[in-house]
Amino acid sequence: MKLLPSPLVCREAVELVSDYLDGTLSRRQRRRLDKHLAQCDACAAYLDQMRATIAASGHVGPDDLPSDVVEGLVNLFRQYRSDD
Amino acid sequence: MDDAELLQNLLGGDESSFTELVRRHHSTLVKVARYYVASAPSAEDVAQDTWIAVMRGIEKFEGRSSFKTWLLRICVNRARTTGVKEHRSIPVDPNESGPSVSAHRFDQGGFWSDPPVPFTDAIDSRLDDTALLSAVRHAIDALGEPQQSVVTLRDVEGLTTQEVAALLELSEANVRVILHRGRARVREIVEEVVKGSRL
Repeated sequence: MKLLPSPLVCREAVELVSDYLDGTLSRRQRRRLDKHLAQCDACAAYLDQMRATIAASGHVGPDDLPSDVVEGLVNLFRQYRSDD
Repeated sequence: MDDAELLQNLLGGDESSFTELVRRHHSTLVKVARYYVASAPSAEDVAQDTWIAVMRGIEKFEGRSSFKTWLLRICVNRARTTGVKEHRSIPVDPNESGPSVSAHRFDQGGFWSDPPVPFTDAIDSRLDDTALLSAVRHAIDALGEPQQSVVTLRDVEGLTTQEVAALLELSEANVRVILHRGRARVREIVEEVVKGSRL
C-alpha cells in the first residue's frame, strides 16, 4: 500500500512556491501544494504576492545610468571610431 | 527598435544606437560582473571593457545567439578573469540554510501567525503598479550576491534557468535554490514597502 504524503504546513508550503511558479516541482509535490493552497488563503496570498513580484521584475527595465557613465562610454566609442 | 536593428545601425557607425544599447544593458552587465569581482568599481571596469570588446568584435557577431546572450557571455568571461586576478572567491548563497520567510511569522505548528496580504489589496489604487515596480527595483538592488545576478538574469532579463546556469557555470538545481531565496527576499522587501505605503 502506498503511503499518503503528509499534508503540508504553511512554513513548508512557502518553500515550494518559486519552483511551483516555474513548473519545476515534482508531480507529487505539486499535488501536495495544490491541496494546501485550496485550503489556505494566507498561502494563496503568498503565492499571489510572489507571482506579482516576479511579473513586476520583468517590467522594471534597466536602471537609469548616471550621465557621466554614459558620457564616458560614448567617448570611448568616439575614440574607437576615430582610431579605426 | 530592437537590439538587432540597433546593432545593424551600430555597424554603420551610428553613435545613438551605441548609446541606446548602453542604456539598455549596461546596468545588468555591472550587476553580473559584480558576482565575480571584488568591488563595484572593478565591476564597472569589466562592463566598460565589455563595450570595448563589442566594438572590436561586432563584425564577427554572427547572430546565432541573441545580442544580449553574446554581450553577457563576453562580460562573464572578462569578469571571471578579473575575479581570478583579484583572488576573489565566488560568493555562495548566504541564506542557503535559512527559511525564506522569517520563522516568527509562523506559529509552533508551522501555520501563519502573521499572514501576508495580497499586494493587489494592499497597494493604494492611486499609486497603481508604479509603486510595486519601484519597490521591486529597490528590492532587487538591495539583494546580495549571488541572488542579485540570478534574479536579474532570470526575472528581469527573462533568461531561462538553463541559460542562467550555463552563463554562471552553476547547476540548474543551484540556480533554482538561489532564485527561490532571492525571490523570497524581494517579496519580503516589497511587502514591507507596500505595508508602509498604506499609512
